[in-house]
Amino acid sequence: MRVGREAAYDAIVIGGGHNGLTTAAYLARAGRSVLVLERRHLVGGSTVTEEMYPGFKFSVLSYVVSLLRPEIIRELDLPRHGLEILPLESTFTPLPNGDRLTRWADHDQTRREIYRHSPLDADAYDRFGQLMYRMALAVKPILAMVPPDPTSLSPKDLRGLLRLGRHFRDLGEADFFMLYKLMTMSSADFLDEWFETDALKATMSASGIIGTFLGPRSPGTAYVQLHHYMGEIDGAFRAWGFARGGTGAVAESIASAARSLGVTIRVNAAVARVIVRGGRAVGVALEDGEEIRGRTVVSGLDPRLTFLNLVDETDLPREFVDSIRRYRSVGSSGKVNLALGELPDFTSLPGDGDHLRGAISISPSQDYLERAYDDAKYGEFSRRPYMDVIIPSLIDPGMAPPGKHVMSCFVQYAPFALNGGWNDEKRKAFGDTVIDTLSEYAPNLRNAIIHRQVVTPQDMEDEFGLTGGNIFHGELSLQQLFFLRPAPRWANYRTPMRGFYLCGSGTHPGGGICGGPGRLAALEILRGGAR
Amino acid sequence: MHERTSALCRASNWRPWAGYLAAGSYDLYHDREYWAIRNAAGLIDVSPLYKYLIRGPDAVRFLDRLVTRNVRKCAVGRVMYTPWCDGDGKVIDDGTLARLGDDVFRLTSADPSLLWFHDNAGGMEVSFEDASASTAALALQGPNARKILQALTTTDLDGLRFFGVMDVDLGGIPVSVSRTGYTGDLGYEIWVEAERAIPLWDALVKAGRPYGIVPTGLMALDMARIEAGLVLVTVDYVPTHQALLESQKSTPLELGLEWTVDLGKENFVGRAALARQAKTGPEWRLRGLEIDWVSLERAYGSVGLPPVVPSTSWRTSVPVYRGNSQVGYATSGCWSPLLKKYIALAHLRGSVGVPGTNLEMEVTVEHQRLRATATVVETPFFDPPRKRG
Repeated sequence: MRVGREAAYDAIVIGGGHNGLTTAAYLARAGRSVLVLERRHLVGGSTVTEEMYPGFKFSVLSYVVSLLRPEIIRELDLPRHGLEILPLESTFTPLPNGDRLTRWADHDQTRREIYRHSPLDADAYDRFGQLMYRMALAVKPILAMVPPDPTSLSPKDLRGLLRLGRHFRDLGEADFFMLYKLMTMSSADFLDEWFETDALKATMSASGIIGTFLGPRSPGTAYVQLHHYMGEIDGAFRAWGFARGGTGAVAESIASAARSLGVTIRVNAAVARVIVRGGRAVGVALEDGEEIRGRTVVSGLDPRLTFLNLVDETDLPREFVDSIRRYRSVGSSGKVNLALGELPDFTSLPGDGDHLRGAISISPSQDYLERAYDDAKYGEFSRRPYMDVIIPSLIDPGMAPPGKHVMSCFVQYAPFALNGGWNDEKRKAFGDTVIDTLSEYAPNLRNAIIHRQVVTPQDMEDEFGLTGGNIFHGELSLQQLFFLRPAPRWANYRTPMRGFYLCGSGTHPGGGICGGPGRLAALEILRGGAR
Repeated sequence: MHERTSALCRASNWRPWAGYLAAGSYDLYHDREYWAIRNAAGLIDVSPLYKYLIRGPDAVRFLDRLVTRNVRKCAVGRVMYTPWCDGDGKVIDDGTLARLGDDVFRLTSADPSLLWFHDNAGGMEVSFEDASASTAALALQGPNARKILQALTTTDLDGLRFFGVMDVDLGGIPVSVSRTGYTGDLGYEIWVEAERAIPLWDALVKAGRPYGIVPTGLMALDMARIEAGLVLVTVDYVPTHQALLESQKSTPLELGLEWTVDLGKENFVGRAALARQAKTGPEWRLRGLEIDWVSLERAYGSVGLPPVVPSTSWRTSVPVYRGNSQVGYATSGCWSPLLKKYIALAHLRGSVGVPGTNLEMEVTVEHQRLRATATVVETPFFDPPRKRG
């Protein structure tokens, strides 16, 4: 066994995903010596751009940016480290009947389009936008807050609860009741109260199911929809963007900021386990046997991988291990990345117009989405899946060779626990289903494909360490949010093991390219102390 | 109409309005257009207005519930200006309501209103037709407006009184003409099938030439409406559906529109809240301000400049003070070339809204925030007898 080459670090961060890097940068900013250990050959984790085919760059997993906390951009000065977020302005929903529904950046243009489908929905859309804006305002402060423990009497928790109470009191009656509905209803039911156009409701409710193992008619999805409304860019809510260079560029910019603050980042350095002495985390052992000492150890991995693989269960309280075992982390989605020789030509809106520059949503009706979920409930991938598609090369020409394109397809549902399990044959069949589905709307697609990469939930677990292939490090359902994420009493980034912290998307405020968990974890580590 | 207006718009000055682009001014300078409204006739394309046809046996009952004015008192052939409110008595929008028949009304609005109508029509036999795109609208405003229209029709237009509406044949084109406008002058608004809008425009321009008709843009219109003391939605008040804060909303009483609120009606949306406010009196009041010339001279004189007055209207929020405390904010203002006065519309708190009170309004002189004396006055600033005559 080799001994650590150097003196102990103040902190060792396991996993170089965007949250791990964020924690590292904030700790270094406060003067700590920090080491980040990444298993793969490049940083980013699920926030990664890779050239999977010569000349074509894929945002392999995550593909859009919105939830990235503005305070992180500001405090780490990410634009100086190369972060550029380009606008993704429209959502185009092609319909099987040859019609379409497109929502644009321009309010009037969107209104005219929705009006074409339903004059009442055109009015309702504005009112709904106002409501969601107010709801996002109401919930947003919670994103930047360390969850207080409602059962604790410590001054800090009480202060937090008081702040929370005041915040909700200030909401006003009508908004409070509306928030309650949002927290409890399904997105389909919630949207039914507002709109009549099926394609509009389906496309909007899609954001309520992304990454969850729920259908649009499952209670709780209205909240997930709100979660996606909280994204903001330059102070504007509900703005989604695309990072120049792909999402890997977000991680790169945080890594660059971290390095400039003195963080050491090692890739090809897989951590095998956390070294525990006297109930305290004191370092890590790598898979090649190397041991590195750290006064604090922080895991950016998901809660199940962290507590069930990196540490010996006997070093943790049994009830804590139990709640981690019960923590839901079931994958429901896959990713198909395509290298294209030409742009898809949609039957319902031919040509290479602006509608290709935003999101393309395969969500023609609520029934379509629910049926897609039905397949998954019983262990099959959807025969006709929901898809959120973007063509990054139209936004950032550097993503593909001139005149060629890359296409990113987020595909749901693809259950992790597929009947018979995932294998090469199933992966191929899944990829074929995606191409078949898209070809129904854009028949030229099939022959435009130069290369395809199909990522199943099993691949997400095997290659990216996402337990169960869940893209959020555990579902964003109410029973595991805020002071319950990842476990009751342990939502403040600390763990039952002294010196051991959690900083990934499995902590508040959760998944997406957000950085909130990473930043709040660092601030809590710097505060020090036990629970 | 765009075919005509775009050919004329030498300034290429277009402003977004309800999903359309409307000419801000046709000439590079809007002066001639402003004077046409006050001296001859300005022809303004106001087609972007939302227009709804409300029909049915319950149309009167529905509208009486929706708006603050008493619709039962609106005879066929008459028009009412009216705001409408939410349940808290806060203004959603305002427009003109024309009674075209026993059970047929046309209501204009600045914002889309179809959903709000539906929300309030429960259990009533009433239908709504969004005629916004199918009906074009032209405003002909100014002292010569009647002569121009009369040249195109045999119908005696003297019979069309202020806030009246009638069907007229204008040069062979069937139109609906209302004696209404947004200028506080003698004027008409002409409602026509969209397909006939261009022939109508051509006919009016031809008939108007001897009378000095001038295609007029929104910059001139905005000055005229400030002189007339008419509020502009989203500029002078925030419609409740767009407000993010309670304090951004206004009641009709706060906007100086108490004359449009008929508390004698048994019920209408917002009545209870407005009745309460009528008792206590509104905390805020929209009034006119006249900015004192001598104090402007003093402010500009402090840096060695003669007074500069805004030759176009502004629509930013400008603080209004009494002593050291801010007591209100002006929302739009302009130099009135006709009245030779610098005028503004302002929201004023409590007793400072009493006409005759001397306040101060912020003026920026060479990058410095200075103040000029401003006197609270009743609106309209300009109210010529010909408007009603």
